[in-house]
Amino acid sequence: MKTIHALLAAALGALALAAPAAAADRSPEPHQFSFDGPFGSYDRAAVQRGFQVYMEVCSACHGMEHMRFRHLGDRGGPFEEVPIGGEMVRFDNPNDNPVVMAIAAEYMIDGEPDEFGDVNERPRIPADPFPYPYDNVQQGRAANAGAYPPDLSVITKARYGGAEYIRSLMLGYDYEPPADLELRAGNYYNPYMYGSVIAMPPQLQDGLISYEDGTEATAEQMAEDVAHFFAWASDPHMESRKSMGLMVMIYLIILAGLLFATYRQVWSKIEH
Amino acid sequence: MSGPSTYEPKTGVTRWLDSRMPIVRLGWDSFVDFPTPRNLNYWYTFGGILSVCLVIQIVTGIVLAMHYVPHVDMAFASVQRIDRDVNYGWLIRSIHAVGASMFFLAVYMHIFRGLYYGSYKAPRELLWILGVVIYLLMMAAAFMGYVLPWGQMSYWGAMVITNLFGALPVIGQPVVEWLWGGFSVGNETLNRFFSLHYLIPFLIAGVVGLHIWALHVPGNNNPTGISVKTKADTLPFHPYYTTKDGFGIVLFFIIFAFFVFYWPDALGHADNYIPADPLVTPSHIVPEWYLLPFYAILRAVPNTLGGVVLMFGAIGVLFILPWLDTSKVRSMRYRPLARWFFGFFVIACLGLGWAGAENPDYPVPGLGAIGVDFLLMGRVLTIYYFAYFLVILPVLGFVEKPKARPASIEAAVLEEAAARKGRASKAAQPAPAE
Ligand code: HEC
Ligand code: HEM
Repeated sequence: MKTIHALLAAALGALALAAPAAAADRSPEPHQFSFDGPFGSYDRAAVQRGFQVYMEVCSACHGMEHMRFRHLGDRGGPFEEVPIGGEMVRFDNPNDNPVVMAIAAEYMIDGEPDEFGDVNERPRIPADPFPYPYDNVQQGRAANAGAYPPDLSVITKARYGGAEYIRSLMLGYDYEPPADLELRAGNYYNPYMYGSVIAMPPQLQDGLISYEDGTEATAEQMAEDVAHFFAWASDPHMESRKSMGLMVMIYLIILAGLLFATYRQVWSKIEH
Repeated sequence: MSGPSTYEPKTGVTRWLDSRMPIVRLGWDSFVDFPTPRNLNYWYTFGGILSVCLVIQIVTGIVLAMHYVPHVDMAFASVQRIDRDVNYGWLIRSIHAVGASMFFLAVYMHIFRGLYYGSYKAPRELLWILGVVIYLLMMAAAFMGYVLPWGQMSYWGAMVITNLFGALPVIGQPVVEWLWGGFSVGNETLNRFFSLHYLIPFLIAGVVGLHIWALHVPGNNNPTGISVKTKADTLPFHPYYTTKDGFGIVLFFIIFAFFVFYWPDALGHADNYIPADPLVTPSHIVPEWYLLPFYAILRAVPNTLGGVVLMFGAIGVLFILPWLDTSKVRSMRYRPLARWFFGFFVIACLGLGWAGAENPDYPVPGLGAIGVDFLLMGRVLTIYYFAYFLVILPVLGFVEKPKARPASIEAAVLEEAAARKGRASKAAQPAPAE
């Protein structure tokens, strides 16, 4: 088993080294998130704030194709438990969750055709997707000087560094560009981006939004919260995964112990 | 099966069945009373582990296929749906994706075990060849499976690998278009890959059946490489190896579960969470870790056709290995030179994996100063890879002087046990004062 570990470590080492690294890019700044580590969990308040940042700032340019409003009320989601009459209430079915319903209803969508075949707008329900900023890729490009703002549904899984990368990227506009770098109009220097040049303008400045929970909206705070939100959106079942993992590990370790004892017992009379 | 059957049906029903279709007898003779060398170590557990892996892939795969949509516009979203909305979909997919890596981890242990103990030599040549067939099918299954989520690496991996066939003279382009089902990697390609990805594991299961059949005629090899001579050399498979393998399998599960629950994306590539885009080439296209050594061999040759030939040759040479190794001694325990070359071979394979993961133009850390880049490293190790099979093993059989071998498996076991006891009693004696 030791050998397996060694080989595995070697294989992993090779993988880690395989991560692309263009010479001038910076790796994401290390940051402690509450979901780090084998027992880490999401900070519901931070995910809620991050959701607010996404909706008020990022969603103007970035869609989240795979998100439905009901996900917000799923087990492990930010609005799984909501205050009703001063008490926290859990909704097993997120479609019944009043907070989730209220959030969804703020956005309109084309409804189903009526009896005359006419399509009218209706407020969204929890089963509906988040609104998408563009009808198609061309429109997205046209609105952003040729650069398509990527979908952010699984963004922390789609970038090495995950949430740390998002946080660093959002705060990474204050570095002095190298003297020989020629930036075209609409491009910005951001050393965390692959290739160090990004077509997204700086987004977060202190006081850009006012948080519903009264937290002071510094750029730093918003970057951390929005990264936290994307971490949840990309991996919504992380908490179930880790807690099930713990039970499975305990079970397997006990089983291994019992099997080892059985094996020793069975072989005890055999010279081997 | 080796030796006469010892099965005795005890009830009316089993007697009735036994005279019509002796399936219980087959199971008994294969997995209960099967005489197994008494000195098998944990390296021999990987066969059992591999069977478990295959079952896990098939069971999780069938469930995934109930939710997966093989269409270029929907495949990525359907995988997202599996991860987000299907009950325990995240678990099933994590097991399937991590399971593919674990499967290869186990098969590599299993293959290196065979190479070290000379399990490919007579009378097990066919057993070995069937194993290589399984390995080839596994690579095909995993490659096509990796295409299914239709992320950037899926698409571009499919593009790079299918395009390799374009290097074949004359028939190259028609073959590639035939594989694609069109003029580019597209919906037809995804559909056929899904169909084949579903099929191949069942082919593997069939070949595994033959593999085990071919195993049960000559019986297991063992770490001494000495053939079984008397009953004292063996133990019945059950309960001795069921318990030992059971323990080994659970240890393997612990590693497996660690990745499934705590690090599910460690063995994959982040770019595969970006939906496939034929217009954007990823900066760095790499296959999954278990195919990296072959990727390095492919890139070691400046000419694509040469690279393809060498890459397939790297597996082809395994088919003829039983006739390349000229030594009469099976186990490298008793081959003082061969075991060194074997050690270098393992290092060469790991090094090829590393070279396959890196940009060929980058300097190798530590060796960059003397001008060694990953391309050069890949080339040197490729030469060693082939030399091991085509030069070293054939020649060693003539020049190497093997060490003395024990008279039998039993003798080897007793010798070792005595040595262990000797060491233990020496350790128990108070150390002389200095
Ligand atoms: C004005 C439109 C706009 C807004 C608002 C906006 N972005 Fe972007 N974003 C872009 C564009 C355009 C790109 C593509 C940049 C490129 O490819 O160079 C981008 C790219 C990104 C990327 C991907 C970088 C990479 O590694 O490829 C992330 C992550 C991101 N944005 C996060 C955010 C977050 C978080 C917010 C909200 C705080 C936000 N964006 C708001 C336009 C926007
Ligand atoms: C030899 C056994 C098998 C191997 C090595 C294997 C390997 C893989 C791999 C590497 C992936 C990509 C995983 C990812 O990154 O998401 C995959 C996906 C998939 N496989 Fe398999 N597989 C095997 C058997 C099967 C079987 C028997 C089925 C169906 C009956 C199946 C159905 C699927 C489906 C539907 C997907 C797409 C969903 C996904 O990406 O998770 N697989 N497989």
